[in-house]
Amino acid sequence: MLSTLYAVLFYVATIFLIVGTGMKVLKYARTPAPLKIPVSPAPRTRAGVVMRMIREVTYFHSLFRSNRWIWVFAILFHYGMLLVLIRHLRYFTDPVWWWVALIQPIGVLAGLAMLAGLLGLFARRIVVQRIRYISSPSDYLMLLLLIGIVASGYSMSLVDRVDVLKVKNFMLGLMHFQIRELPMQANILIHLGLVITLMIVFPISKLMHAPGLFFAPSRTQVDNARKFRHLTAWANQLPPLPDAIPEAGEK
Amino acid sequence: MAPLDKKDEYGPFDNVDQVFEVPKLACGAMADTHTFEAAPEHNEMLGFPGELLPNWKEVAIAKMGELAEKNRAFKVYLDTCVKCGACTDKCHYFIGTGDPKNMPVARQDLLRSVYRRYYTFAGKYFPKLVGARDLTKEVLDEWYTYYHQCSQCRRCAVSCPYGIDTAEISMAAREILDSVGVGQKYCNEIIGKVKVTGNNLGLNPKALRATLDDLEEDLLDDTGVEVRIPLDEKGADILLITPSADFFAEPHIDGLLGYAKVFHAAGVSWTLSSYASEAANFGMFIGSYENMREVSWRIRQAAKDLGVKRIIFGECGHAWRVAYSFLNTLAGPFDFLDQNYPIPQHILEFTLDEIESGRLKIDKSKNDDYVMTFHDSCNVARGSAMGREEGGQFEVPRKVLRAVCNHYYDMDPDTIRENTFCCGGGGGLLTDDLMDLRIKGAKPRMTALKQVTDEHGVTHMAAICAICKTQFSKVMPKYGYGMDSIMSVHQLVSNAVVLDGGNEDTAEEPETEESK
Repeated sequence: MLSTLYAVLFYVATIFLIVGTGMKVLKYARTPAPLKIPVSPAPRTRAGVVMRMIREVTYFHSLFRSNRWIWVFAILFHYGMLLVLIRHLRYFTDPVWWWVALIQPIGVLAGLAMLAGLLGLFARRIVVQRIRYISSPSDYLMLLLLIGIVASGYSMSLVDRVDVLKVKNFMLGLMHFQIRELPMQANILIHLGLVITLMIVFPISKLMHAPGLFFAPSRTQVDNARKFRHLTAWANQLPPLPDAIPEAGEK
Repeated sequence: MAPLDKKDEYGPFDNVDQVFEVPKLACGAMADTHTFEAAPEHNEMLGFPGELLPNWKEVAIAKMGELAEKNRAFKVYLDTCVKCGACTDKCHYFIGTGDPKNMPVARQDLLRSVYRRYYTFAGKYFPKLVGARDLTKEVLDEWYTYYHQCSQCRRCAVSCPYGIDTAEISMAAREILDSVGVGQKYCNEIIGKVKVTGNNLGLNPKALRATLDDLEEDLLDDTGVEVRIPLDEKGADILLITPSADFFAEPHIDGLLGYAKVFHAAGVSWTLSSYASEAANFGMFIGSYENMREVSWRIRQAAKDLGVKRIIFGECGHAWRVAYSFLNTLAGPFDFLDQNYPIPQHILEFTLDEIESGRLKIDKSKNDDYVMTFHDSCNVARGSAMGREEGGQFEVPRKVLRAVCNHYYDMDPDTIRENTFCCGGGGGLLTDDLMDLRIKGAKPRMTALKQVTDEHGVTHMAAICAICKTQFSKVMPKYGYGMDSIMSVHQLVSNAVVLDGGNEDTAEEPETEESK
């Protein structure tokens, strides 16, 4: 019964995540950028912009230069989460891909890095007066949600052991549109419930920063305005102005 | 407003670390700094309602939605902020005032909170949770207050992991305010003047010619050479577009004399235009694409009318951003100009070419009484470029300075190039009713300057922006410098350039200003 509910929720959450995020991304892509506004240091070629974005995505170049503490916690969290996500692929693949198997021991440590990063970011939000000032309840809740996911995840091996093969069976079932049994233990149900929540809120929250990064004109535009004319459709439709100077000076 | 004659109030600046230490939050410190609102006729000239509309709330909300449809930056920036806090200590107005609403993210949030309320799922159904709020008259007033404490300098955008640019939000906010009939006097009055007379000052062609005649006389007296400053001369090769401050303000004029000497020495034919006698484009400050386009268009008209082959811009920061990054978009295509030159070109690019090719004779010793540093103007540094290489906007002015003076030192790396601080008067804030804010906003720059004065004996600072020059000549005295401690880059060029047939020893004696 509860397994069925979770199965349904997983399908719903997946649709929310993919369709919701997809629609937002489409919206970003379709919204015109009327002016060239790359911010320094701005590359003058497309290749330069690609390199710039690789620096931003792989090691948060701008953040590294602007705030070292946030950078440390952000790197711990994001790279920790990346490894943990890769590690979790084993619950969706049968047989498990060799490189996913390889990463399993690192994945356990990565969870700790992720937790450390989250706690660091949470502490900054409380301790640093400026960041406390700009924080809304949702900013704290988002961190708590992620901390909850990590904690409930660890509890499955440290506190109340969960039969992960059964969980895997459930997940594989979902992928073949079959509903199989989940272990009826609080920690796994909480863990999955929080993950479902995360997937649902992704497209309607600041988690959109992940795809949004690729649509910031200040970072993604090429600095070549003098060479190439940049004109958006709506700007092109403005009433034309005369090339000749109006007579008599007035107006 | 704080009295302006009390120097102590804006200290301390004897210890550089003290200023770059982030201030404690002083909530509401700048809440009463409310720049003068525009009169109805000034708003109407720009196509905005004269006074606050009765249905302002609906109009403002609709305008916000329209901007989110028309401008990707606005839409994406409102969505992607994660409130990490990396920008919170980057704004010169925050460093100078401690008012938390001058932190870039908090400034954005003034608008983002309202946008969320009306345009996002979370804000519609869970406003408290995500910090969304209704649009009220108080909120509108707050927008007016704090979006006129942003100089759109983009220092926050450089620091943001997502490239969120508060300048874009601030421009959008001002456009929303204008669209409901709440304009700022300083900007809107000036844009109106440009539309009528062609420049921010409201200077008519006759008065302009008379001013230039005086300057030509001065040049003859100083150099013994007939250096011309042509106006409206059809058939000239180069149209010079320069901020109108160059015609009357100090040290701007000395920069204009410098351009004239460089053109003379280079032997090119050039002209100013009375119809487009303004480089600055305040349309950008108020975020109005239409007004910015209309002001830019005059340059195209003047270039066609005079039949020039090239357009060169004088020293002006925001103007150069509009010229370099926007002019092709707003008033292009410039297929009628000579495609062998950058369109438009910066006067420093021209001068550097002349220096490097050896066509310009330079006597560096003429500037030996100055120990120089360079203030990177924010919109040149972060919103435009120069030269052939990336980062040319930093290197070209420095190369010129090093070519014309012997003593040059850079300020702290965290305060120059793309990390430069705004002078404190940019973005439409260069008005006397914001003097308190301007003085406080100049504090980070002044502190960095004080540091190189102490370490290297720097006496003067050069800039390439009309706003920077005006702002610094006003606020530097509050920080213990003379008002002529700020110089035009082309003022130094002017001092050092040697003209053929000129009388030696006539270059004006550099005046030194005793600090304090």
